[in-house]
Amino acid sequence: MSRVIRFALLPLLAVASVLTLGTADTQARFNDLGHKLMCMCGCNQILLECNHLGCPDAAKESQELRAAIGTGESDTAVMEAFQAEYGPTVLAAPWLSRFNIVAWVVPPALLLLGLFGTFALVRKWRLRAAAMPAVADDPASRDLRERIRKETEI
Amino acid sequence: MPAFGSFALVVALLLSAWNLLAGGVALRLLATGSRGAIVPERLAETARRAGIASFIAVSCAAFALVWAAFTNDFRLVYILDHSNRALPWPYKFAALWSGQEGSLLLWAWLLAGYGFVLRLRHKVDVKLTAYASTILAGIQVFFLLLVNVAATPFSLVQGAVPPDGNGLNPLLQYPEMVIHPPMLYLGYVGFSVPFAFALGALMMRYPGEKWIHITRRWTMVTWLFLTVGIFLGMHWAYNVLGWGGYWGWDPVENASLMPWLTGTAFLHSVMMQEKRGMMKSWNVWLIFSTFLLSILGTLLTRSGLVSSVHAFAQSSIGTWFWVFLVIVLAVCLFTYILHRDHLKTEHQLESLASRESSFAFNNLVLLLACFTVLWGTLFPILSEFVQGNKVTVSAPFYNRVAVPVGVFLLFLTGIGPLLAWRSTSLRSVRKNFVVPGIAALVVAIAVIPLGVHPWTIFTTDHEGAFYAWVTFALAGFVATAIFAEFFRGARVIQKHTAQNLLSSAVQLTRRNTRRYGGYIVHFGVVLIFIGISGQAFNRSVEQTMGYKQTMNIGPYQIECMDYSQDTNANYDSTYAILNVYRDGHMVTQLDPAIRFYQASQQPATIVANHSVPLWDLYVVFAGTDPQTGQPVIKAFLNPLVMWIWIGLLVTIFGTAVALFPNLTAALAAQRSRVSVPAGHGPVAAGRAGD
Repeated sequence: MSRVIRFALLPLLAVASVLTLGTADTQARFNDLGHKLMCMCGCNQILLECNHLGCPDAAKESQELRAAIGTGESDTAVMEAFQAEYGPTVLAAPWLSRFNIVAWVVPPALLLLGLFGTFALVRKWRLRAAAMPAVADDPASRDLRERIRKETEI
Repeated sequence: MPAFGSFALVVALLLSAWNLLAGGVALRLLATGSRGAIVPERLAETARRAGIASFIAVSCAAFALVWAAFTNDFRLVYILDHSNRALPWPYKFAALWSGQEGSLLLWAWLLAGYGFVLRLRHKVDVKLTAYASTILAGIQVFFLLLVNVAATPFSLVQGAVPPDGNGLNPLLQYPEMVIHPPMLYLGYVGFSVPFAFALGALMMRYPGEKWIHITRRWTMVTWLFLTVGIFLGMHWAYNVLGWGGYWGWDPVENASLMPWLTGTAFLHSVMMQEKRGMMKSWNVWLIFSTFLLSILGTLLTRSGLVSSVHAFAQSSIGTWFWVFLVIVLAVCLFTYILHRDHLKTEHQLESLASRESSFAFNNLVLLLACFTVLWGTLFPILSEFVQGNKVTVSAPFYNRVAVPVGVFLLFLTGIGPLLAWRSTSLRSVRKNFVVPGIAALVVAIAVIPLGVHPWTIFTTDHEGAFYAWVTFALAGFVATAIFAEFFRGARVIQKHTAQNLLSSAVQLTRRNTRRYGGYIVHFGVVLIFIGISGQAFNRSVEQTMGYKQTMNIGPYQIECMDYSQDTNANYDSTYAILNVYRDGHMVTQLDPAIRFYQASQQPATIVANHSVPLWDLYVVFAGTDPQTGQPVIKAFLNPLVMWIWIGLLVTIFGTAVALFPNLTAALAAQRSRVSVPAGHGPVAAGRAGD
C-alpha cells in the first residue's frame, strides 16, 4: 500500500515542481534578498524588518536593492555589490567563502559526530553488558531508587 | 533613603561573606574531623543564619531603590536615568530592573531569596544544605560585590538635582515588562540552587541520588520560570517592537535560550540517573553548564561583547563576569577531577530501542541546539579574530541550521514515550508506532490542499514550507502518541472503577503526576511548534491610507476611518482608526499608533493585533507620508501565532501537574504521618525535601 502511495505521489510532485518553476518575480526577489540583508543603521535588524522611525539607512538600502534587481543582475551579484559597498556585516548570514564556511559546517558536523558517537557507544556497551560485573550498591541508595521508581514510574 | 540602601548593601555583603567563610571553614573541619576551640556545627549554624539575614538586608536595599523611584528621588543617578514624574506607577516599580545597577540588585535579591528558602529548609539534609548554602553564598558575594563596588544603584547626582528624570526607555513601558524580567531572572538565578546542590554533593561525595530528588522541584520550578520569561519576552517583542515577528535570534534572546536548552536536557537526563543510576557525570556537567550559560548570558547582555537590539543595560562590567566565569569553571573542573570516581555509572545502555537511548539522543540534540545557538552568537567575534572583520549571524543562519535540529527534537519527543526502559521489542515498537504513524501520514496529506507545499524546497531556496509540512506531520505523530498513552492508561482504570473515560484520565494523571504532567508539557511543545511553523506563511502589505481608503490582506479588507493625534503627561501619540472587514462584515476596529515619549524624547510603536486561532492580523503604524500627512500602515497576516501562547499555557499546566505529589504517594505520606511521628519516616523526610 505504501509503495502505491509513493508512486502516485511522484508524478504529482514532478508536475507541481515544473508548474512552480520560474514564478519568482521582481517583488518576490526583493522580498527574498531583503530578508538576507541587514539594515546598516546599527539597529541590528533584517533590512525589510527594520521598523524604527526615521531610520536613515533602510529606505536607501531598499531603493538600492530595487534598482539592482531592476537591472537584471543575479542574486549573487546583488549580494556582492552590497557587500562591497557596506562590508560583510550587511549580509544577514555569513557568505559561503573562506573561513565563513566553518560557521555552516561545524553544527551539522557535530550532529553527525554526536549521532555516530552515540550509536558506537551504545553498541560498545551492549557488547560489554554481558561481561560487566555487578556494581556494589549501598542499601540506602537502592531503597531510595526503588521508592523513586515506584513513585515516578516514568 | 540612598544612605539606607547603600548601608543595607554593605551589610548584605558582610553577611554573605561570613556565610561563605564560616560555612567553608565549618565544612572543612567537619570533613577532616578536627575539633579544636571552634565547634564546627555552631560555626555552620552562624553561617546559615548570616545567609538568612543577608536576604533581609538585600530586601531592604531593593525596597530603598523602589521607594526612591516612587518618591521621585532624582538625587539618585539611577532613578534620574530610568524614571520621571509622569511615569505610571507600575513602571516605577519596573525601574528596579530597567537598568544595569537595578537589574544586578534584582539578581542579588532573588539569589538571596532562593538562599533564604533553602537555608530555612535545611533540615531536609543538614550537611548537604550546608554545602549548597556555602556555594550559594559564594555566588551572592560576587553579585553583592558588583552592586557595592562596580555598579552601585545608590550613587548620587553631582551638583544640582534636576527637577525631573530622563524617563524609562519607551520600549520597556509595556505591561509585560513588569513581569518578564523578574520571570527570566527567577529562571537564571534559580539554576544556582541545583548547581549548588550538585557541586556540594560532588564535594562531599554524597551517596546515591538524593540530591537530585531534593532539587527536582527546584529545577522544575526554575525551568518553568525561565520558560515563562522567554515566552513573555517573545510576546513583548511581538507586541512592542512592531516588526511582525516574536523571535529575531538576537544575542540577548539567544542568551536566554541556551540555559533553557541545557536545563531541559538536565530535566530529562536526571530521570536516567534516578531510574538506572546512569549518566552521573553527564548530569553534573549539564547543571554546571546551565549555570555557566546563565552567567555567560548575563555577560553577553551586559558587556556589549555582541551587539543587540535588547541590550538595555550595557556597560563595562564584563571583566567582572569573565573573572567570575573562569573561577566557577575552575572550581567545577577541579571538584570533578578530584571526585570523578564517585560518579561511576551503575548500568549501561542495553539497546538502541530503549527509553534510555531516546533520552541520550534527546540530550545530544538539545546540547547540539545549544551549541548551534552559542556558535552563531559568538561566531562574529571568532570571525573578527581570524579574518579581521566581523560578520553578521542572524535569522537566515539559524533558520537553516537550528530549525532542522528543532524538528528532529520534535520527532524524539514523539518516540521517547513509546519506548520501554532497558529494551523495547520489535513487536512492541510496531504496535506503539502504527497509530501515531498513520496520524502523521494523514496530517501530512491533509495539509497539502491547505497550501502547505513541501516541494517548494526544490523550486525556491525557501525551506520554510517544507519544514512546516514535516512539523505538522510530526505534530500529528506526537499528539496521537500522547493521547494514545492517556487513552490506554485511562481504559485500564475505567475497567476497574467503572468511571467515565475523562475521570479515569484525571485519576491516571494524579497517580503519576510526573509522567503524565510531562506528557502534557510535551503536548504544549507540540502546539508551540505548530504555532512557530505558521511563520513560513507570513504575508505583509504596506500602504499609505487616506480617509476611507482600503487595503486587502488575506481574507481581510482594512478601511481607514480616521487618523489623528493625542497627548498626555507621559507621551504624544499619532494614531489611525481602522475598520477591519471579512466577507463584507465588520470584524473589529484596530488603532495602531506611534507614541513619542516626552521625557526620553524617543518614539515607540504601538501595534494593533486581531488574533484568531487561524492567524493574527497584525497592524503597525509605520509612519506618515511626508507629502500628504496620511498614515503609512503596514499589515501582516501571521498564521497560527495564537497556538504559541496556548502551547505555553498548556506547558505551564503540565509543569504544575508534574510538581504535584502523586495521589498514591500523598496518601502513603498521610498514612505514615499518622503512624510515625512527624519528620521520622523516610518517606516524610524525602517528601519534605522536594
